[in-house]
Amino acid sequence: MKAETQPKLILALALSGVCVAGCASQPSDSETERALAGMIKTSFRTRGQATIDRLSQDDAQALCSKHAGELPKGVGDAIEKVQQATIRYPSSGKLMGDWREGERIAQSGVGKQFTDAPTRPAGGSCYNCHQLSKQELSFGTIGPSLYQFGKQRGAGEAIQKYTYGKIYNAEAFSACSNMPRFGHNGVLTEEQITHLVALLLDADSSVNR
Amino acid sequence: MRIGRVLVGVLAAMLPCLSPAQQETQKEIERYRQMLQESNPAELYEARGAEHWTRKRGPKNSSLERCDLGLGPGVVKGAYVRLPRYFADTDRVQDLESRLVTCMVTLQGFTPEEARRNPFSGTGTPMITTDPFPGVGQRSVMTDLVAWLASESRGMTIAPPMSHPKERLVYQAGEKLFYYRAGPYDFGCITCHGEEGKRIRLQNLPKMTNSKDAQRAFGTWPAYRVSEGELRSMQWRMWECVRQMRFPELEFASDASIALITYLAKKAEGGTFDAPAIKR
Repeated sequence: MKAETQPKLILALALSGVCVAGCASQPSDSETERALAGMIKTSFRTRGQATIDRLSQDDAQALCSKHAGELPKGVGDAIEKVQQATIRYPSSGKLMGDWREGERIAQSGVGKQFTDAPTRPAGGSCYNCHQLSKQELSFGTIGPSLYQFGKQRGAGEAIQKYTYGKIYNAEAFSACSNMPRFGHNGVLTEEQITHLVALLLDADSSVNR
Repeated sequence: MRIGRVLVGVLAAMLPCLSPAQQETQKEIERYRQMLQESNPAELYEARGAEHWTRKRGPKNSSLERCDLGLGPGVVKGAYVRLPRYFADTDRVQDLESRLVTCMVTLQGFTPEEARRNPFSGTGTPMITTDPFPGVGQRSVMTDLVAWLASESRGMTIAPPMSHPKERLVYQAGEKLFYYRAGPYDFGCITCHGEEGKRIRLQNLPKMTNSKDAQRAFGTWPAYRVSEGELRSMQWRMWECVRQMRFPELEFASDASIALITYLAKKAEGGTFDAPAIKR
């Protein structure tokens, strides 16, 4: 965005003779960073479970914020490699749970807000961004439709592993994805993720019928 | 309030009749929105806000009539569409709501905490809430004032000034904040407002970096929110988005809130201001 507009602006100012001494009136990037850091420090407060330390970024968050417009391939690859190593599979080895439970988790958008009870398990907020079952018309479109996800892919070991991993840490497969890292960030439990895997892959599930 | 509940009821009654096709769903939503435009309870807030402006209150027992919203003391016409802006007396870029806090402090003698907490209900009884925004059935002087002052810019062109270096600095910091991802869901404003034509559930999402979307979004806040039975301001919109981003609480009238509003106002530049509006 900035990269697009700034050269044009500078050119326009230069042509009109206003821009002397390299447009010193535009704040520098380091000035802006300092202003941002100051604001972040003074403008938020801990409320309930949403503590102030949530504003500290991990490496992936910092890199994705910095490269929001365009992610250089090298940076993206490096993020994916690091995130890939975070995925923990259930010790039982069982990746498919109960798709009916998965449907309930997919419907629920609660969790981790300061207005949510910390003791209540978080939902997956899946329908907020994805189409899943045919029956549910109230679905978002930020993510791709997952209707008939398993019908197209089967339910073999490899696709189970991929699906579990993708929900556990989406950035292991797609750096700076809009999708939360549900397992890695402790939003969903391993068991909850297995229910979502079943929702997506079980041939009888509402997604695949 | 009652109108809101009736409309919610009407919508609920409409739902079972929907055809499964998505286009049909979308059509019904549009019809519902049109229906909402016909009577907007925001007018009640605007009328109360106009009264608050001239009412003597606070330790100094004085009105807000000499409050400078950027166009000179007492000038309200067109003030909203030229905010946020830099104010020399506070050496700060301020939006309407933070500026009203300043005026409540300097002209009426409230402490900044009192002015921000907005502890006064419509009847003058102190009402202390944790939130700077009123709950259903509660009255907020701040909200009423915002409704009226916004209405005084209806039909005008959104034109936030960018001539002061601090205005440019706050705009740029606001832009960086828009892209700032954090928290357990890795969300930032950009997550929901970075692409065109997307939805959360059935709610359409404006792409804020696109001026047409930004103009429509910025130009329709404050708004009477039918689902809440309450008029909500731009500060509330920021606060609520940030809550859903799983961030800690964004403080009312804080620098970060003003930076985000400055960024959006600039993106919406050139659009027509059409608020207080009414939304689902």
